[in-house]
Amino acid sequence: MLLEVQDLHVFYGKIEAIKGISFNVNEGEIVSLIGANGAGKTTTMRTISGVRPVAQGRILFEGQDITNMAPHDRVKLGICQAPEGRGIFPGMTVRENLDMGTYIRGYKSATKAADMEHVISLFPRLGERISQMGGTLSGGEQQMLAIGRALMSRPRLMLLDEPSMGLAPMLIAQIFSIVKQINSEGISVLMVEQNATQALKTAHRGYVLETGYVMKTGTGADLLVDPAVRAAYLGG
Amino acid sequence: MRDWLIYRTFWDLTVSGVALGLIYALVALGYTMVYGVLRLINFAHSEIFMVGTFGVLISLTQVFGINLFEDGEYPYRSGIVLVLILLGSTVAAMVVSGAGAVVLERTAYRPLRGAGDTFGAVVLAFLTGLIASFLFTDSMMTNLMIAAVITGPLAVVYVRIFRKGRQAPRLAFLISAIGASMAMAEAVATWGPDERVVYKTPRVLEKKVLFNFFGADVRIDYVIVAFGAILMMTALLLFVNRTRLGRGIRAVAQDAETARILGVNVNSVILVTFLLGGAMAGGAAMMFTLVYDQTRFNIGFLLGVKSFTAAVLGGIGNIKGALLGGIVLGLAENYGSSIFGGQWKDVIAFIVLLVVLMFRPTGILGESLGKARV
Repeated sequence: MLLEVQDLHVFYGKIEAIKGISFNVNEGEIVSLIGANGAGKTTTMRTISGVRPVAQGRILFEGQDITNMAPHDRVKLGICQAPEGRGIFPGMTVRENLDMGTYIRGYKSATKAADMEHVISLFPRLGERISQMGGTLSGGEQQMLAIGRALMSRPRLMLLDEPSMGLAPMLIAQIFSIVKQINSEGISVLMVEQNATQALKTAHRGYVLETGYVMKTGTGADLLVDPAVRAAYLGG
Repeated sequence: MRDWLIYRTFWDLTVSGVALGLIYALVALGYTMVYGVLRLINFAHSEIFMVGTFGVLISLTQVFGINLFEDGEYPYRSGIVLVLILLGSTVAAMVVSGAGAVVLERTAYRPLRGAGDTFGAVVLAFLTGLIASFLFTDSMMTNLMIAAVITGPLAVVYVRIFRKGRQAPRLAFLISAIGASMAMAEAVATWGPDERVVYKTPRVLEKKVLFNFFGADVRIDYVIVAFGAILMMTALLLFVNRTRLGRGIRAVAQDAETARILGVNVNSVILVTFLLGGAMAGGAAMMFTLVYDQTRFNIGFLLGVKSFTAAVLGGIGNIKGALLGGIVLGLAENYGSSIFGGQWKDVIAFIVLLVVLMFRPTGILGESLGKARV
């Protein structure tokens, strides 16, 4: 098992945002967490990256306990995230943003040029915009940049927080097909989505979160046809 | 009559105003960079500058063994000896200020961020013990021993108070800054045989007039200030834009949480920021003593306030803004004091700030450490 989350509790101030959830991601899988606003999806992702402290429970990566590990050490292990809202550095160029993905491997990493070529082959638009400031990109381009930047760190597990948020339908389809392609290259993906239909179609397995709990779990295909899930998240 | 006076001294005022402004600018960099990464006004930065001037004083008198006067004359040096002395005292000031800034961050700020750091707790415990022991006896040796004994148990208490994940409220950082500032100034004030005295620094550089600029005398110390300041700022900009840690600084300034997610160790970035800001203040301290030949325990206060003003004037968080703000402030002070009289000097500095902020609330160049580019 690549990632295992056991009975995770996370607080935001005095409010318990995550009330004991457990889930896992196997090597080579795409797993989707779906749920409405306030279900605790983004908090879960930030906790896995290590920027939210865990109140109770454990997070294991390849069997190693990383519950209290510093965020930068988790990136070294191979966990990288394209965060909610994309987190593009507005005052850096596209190239500098991509460079930030290689931060843990050192500024003059030998494989950087090859990695950057690979990312640009996935997202040719980023190649065209390489010297432009991150803040001047469109929403879709920023999302590509966020995913590309996470790829630059050569992750084992890629965390994607709402990759389709605010994008036009055509771009959404493109982003999800890229996710599949990244996965076919051997990178496991944990994805959080409000666009449940697309997320479940893309994923091998899914978990339905509701206000801090795991309500349901199953394969992507099973959840897509589940009546309760359909009623709540897929518009009937 | 007055108009004639202004005309005649205009270029003189410009030359000395730019030199003063560059010193403000170097100190302003420390305020601006720390604000950029922490969104914190480091009010103790003025004392980081102040300890730098004492670094110069000690290196000149103790390391190089230069007296204030030699046979009733200034101890002028020349040639390679002079260059070595100037470089040596610059390095001393930068090391003292840089180390001061690093210790300041680890004792006064990092414990409050909930980083779960034992170093800060131990140093704080030792300092608490040292200060408390002075209430009972004045013997330094006895006090050090008392402090050493107290450190252990007190450090345990501090480690519990500053435990991991316990973030202090914003106001606590400000109070900690003011406390650290007072502690540093008072520690220097009570240091040495004469309390609260003005220390003269040996004048090793003969302040010859190098050339004329529209009738204004340009002295060699002004030229050194200008070259030194520009050299240091260029080096800083290159570091911020061209190195990995520099890019880490920009990333934390633009979006600290995303920077962490991508593997930036925020605590080490903050430490480097304090170190760089401290080194710049150290350089400024060297230039200050070069021009004014003196220092005092409270020398940082007004200069610190002015440099902070320069940082806000140019746009806080903006490296080039610090340069621009410093020069504007230095010139405004000089012109203003010539027109209205020297007693108005400080008033004019703050009026300029008020007027600029009325029309451009984010400063002349706007806020943005992240956007700093060569």
